[in-house]
Amino acid sequence: MSDTHAASVPYVRESMLPQVEPPATAKGPVKWVHQSLFSSIPYTILTLVALYVIFVILSGFLPWLLGGVWNTGNIRECREVLDGAQGGCFSVLTDRWNQLLFGIAYPQDGYWRPTMAFILLFVAAAPVLFGSVPRQLLIVTVLYPFLAFWLIWGGSILVPLAALLSFAIGYVVYSRLVKSSFAGGLFGGIAVGVVVWFVAGLMTSNLTDVLALEEVASRNMGGFMLNMILGVICVSLSLPLGIVLALGRQSNLPIIRLICVVFIEFIRGVPLITLLFVANVVLAYFLPPGTNFDLILRVIIMITMFASAYIAEVIRGGLAALPRGQYEAADSLGLDYAQAMRLIILPQALKISIPGIVNVAVGLFKDTTLVSIISMFDLVGMIRGPILASTDWNGVYWELWGFAALLFFVVCYGISQYSQWLERQLQTDHH
Amino acid sequence: MTTMSDPQQGSFRLSMLLNDTRYRSYTFQFIALLLLIALMAFLGINLVRNLAEAGLNISYSFLYVPAGYDINQTLIDYNSQSTNLRAAVVGILNTLLVAFLACITATVLGVIAGVARLSKNWLVSKMMSVYVEIFRNIPVLIWILMIYTLMTAVLPAPNAFRGDNATSSMLLDAFAFTNRGIYIPAPVWGPGSMIVVATFVLSIIAAIIYRKYAVSLLFRTGKLLPTGWPTLAILLVPTILVFFVMGSPVGLDYPALKGFNFQGGLQIGAPLIALWLALSVYTGAFIAENVRAGIQAVSKGQTEAAASLGLRPKRIMNLVVLPQALRVIIPPLISQYLNITKNSSLAIAVGYADITATLGGITLNQTGRAIECVLLLMLFYLTISLSISAIMNVYNNSVSLKER
Repeated sequence: MSDTHAASVPYVRESMLPQVEPPATAKGPVKWVHQSLFSSIPYTILTLVALYVIFVILSGFLPWLLGGVWNTGNIRECREVLDGAQGGCFSVLTDRWNQLLFGIAYPQDGYWRPTMAFILLFVAAAPVLFGSVPRQLLIVTVLYPFLAFWLIWGGSILVPLAALLSFAIGYVVYSRLVKSSFAGGLFGGIAVGVVVWFVAGLMTSNLTDVLALEEVASRNMGGFMLNMILGVICVSLSLPLGIVLALGRQSNLPIIRLICVVFIEFIRGVPLITLLFVANVVLAYFLPPGTNFDLILRVIIMITMFASAYIAEVIRGGLAALPRGQYEAADSLGLDYAQAMRLIILPQALKISIPGIVNVAVGLFKDTTLVSIISMFDLVGMIRGPILASTDWNGVYWELWGFAALLFFVVCYGISQYSQWLERQLQTDHH
Repeated sequence: MTTMSDPQQGSFRLSMLLNDTRYRSYTFQFIALLLLIALMAFLGINLVRNLAEAGLNISYSFLYVPAGYDINQTLIDYNSQSTNLRAAVVGILNTLLVAFLACITATVLGVIAGVARLSKNWLVSKMMSVYVEIFRNIPVLIWILMIYTLMTAVLPAPNAFRGDNATSSMLLDAFAFTNRGIYIPAPVWGPGSMIVVATFVLSIIAAIIYRKYAVSLLFRTGKLLPTGWPTLAILLVPTILVFFVMGSPVGLDYPALKGFNFQGGLQIGAPLIALWLALSVYTGAFIAENVRAGIQAVSKGQTEAAASLGLRPKRIMNLVVLPQALRVIIPPLISQYLNITKNSSLAIAVGYADITATLGGITLNQTGRAIECVLLLMLFYLTISLSISAIMNVYNNSVSLKER
């Protein structure tokens, strides 16, 4: 072979060439820019248009943000300071900061209370949301509802303590009875809890000043605090209700299924605003004459019903997505309905439903702004009403709406990012 | 759940109602039914007692009483002497109008954004994700109020268009953007205009028939007829001919500044535009996500298989990817349409006279008939939701995969 080569080919390279760097256009940032921005003429045009749009938006937005005024008392002073220059009057935010967050009527020296409740919310939520947090913190989670109620609404600490006591005793009874029958445990627990609640209520009714904070009526809640209260309470209440409705809709008892289907379809068929109208003007007709419980509670009931119907549909999707074999396996192990659901079906179905549940939760939190339409002063209600209508700040629109949008964006985007993270964590199949 | 224990011997005992799975379901259902009836009775008795105490009754006669308020944006004739029923009908039409408009624009916006988010152009896809995240995560009520503020506080008042040194001018002398709304030319239907319209409708039908014929010819004989320019010709030529033969019966009425406001033309009020735009951009962000998910659901193997059969990219999109993606996209798309319809009830925040603002707002406040008004309101939205769901179920059954 080599002989023929030597004869027929004038020159053969005998050593390897050293490796050469790829050309500058085919590597690194240049290649990236070429491929992802200017790969063809239409793409180039698209990129240039997009750059122009970004430039227009930023050239309007940045001077407004950076040239803003933060420390004036009203809009006229602010305009004077700006003196025709482009910039936002962000001093409305510093001036009305407390109103935006807590509403008008919350006692000024009590602002630390909702703030404290807000901070504790993270401590209480952490062990539920993140598996790596020490389990001992779950105690805070259990105590949180009672603590938050005491902090925000005030009054004697004995009231939430009595509620806590009734829950605790009810739970003990439940855990004793549940070994023989789930239904017995549930109803026994509830019954004992209610009895304890009444007895404790009677005993503490005279002791109103034990560790008492100044009482705040529900109608004095406002600002972003109101959105948070409604969002947190309604989501946490609607989850168990949604599970019950979903199970009811899947059950093979025709009457119970019918009740659940009618409830879910009715709630999902009407806009939330009509349900809020019901809470505002109609619900009073359906309660015993003379009952007078406050608007915020009626709104919580309605929003909870609304959210639970949507959550029920999400969970029904999760139940339907489980392979039939799981139900059959539970049956063949000899588990009864409650055991099969608690131990086999629901843990898996809820895991599948997490993204959907989070979507509902985010939607619900956004929908809490609707209460401004029935003249409650949540964040949007505060901006539309007391702040924009005041002579001091009449005309400062964008700073206020921008602030409201920012607050909601931070919360909702945070929640949806969390749910994506959780989905990755819970992935047990191989992809 | 479906477990059945062995049939027990012996006669029926009362304890079997709780312990025997054959009878236990009846017990539970009976208890549930009793509880439901008790709840209904409780609410009903309270209602009767409350009504008696307030000296009220349930009656719908208020619907036939003059409403006594004006509505500035109506699709049918209406004045303050019209009945409450007519005000409600005006509201229903307005709800349907804004929902219809918003559905169209939201779909267009959502499809563009969803496809652009999958673009290989890094900048464009990032911009679209920013759009989607920003609009999805901020309440639609805030968007409605922001766009309404934009309309009323930033756009010039009509008198800015007046005089020799007017600060604003009309676009093409036909469109005026004012803080009271947008004025556009309105078509004027002269005598004979119906013939023009009829011709146009017939041309559309003819164009569809022609395209069907072209496809069937292609399948039968393999002959490929051109479809682009003949369709355009069938659509336009007869209509234009008839239009000039009849002596231009359809004209345009341009808005013009008279007195303090614009007269003539078609006024689209600021509330309608705010609601329409806000619902479109908000729902568009959701639809973009649905579209993206739908396209990504078609596996890459499908595209590659089509390419290896020799199809060109456009045909791959039309014949292989889209039909499969649509099956995934359409059900959530329809529920987005439902959401638009329900969210249009937020019109009450900017004073657009939809059904919630007329029947559930002014009529309710003026007559005090809270129960009746809210009931009718819910009935309206329920009817729309249930009928759209029914249509959707029929559609789902027709496109669902026919598996062997």
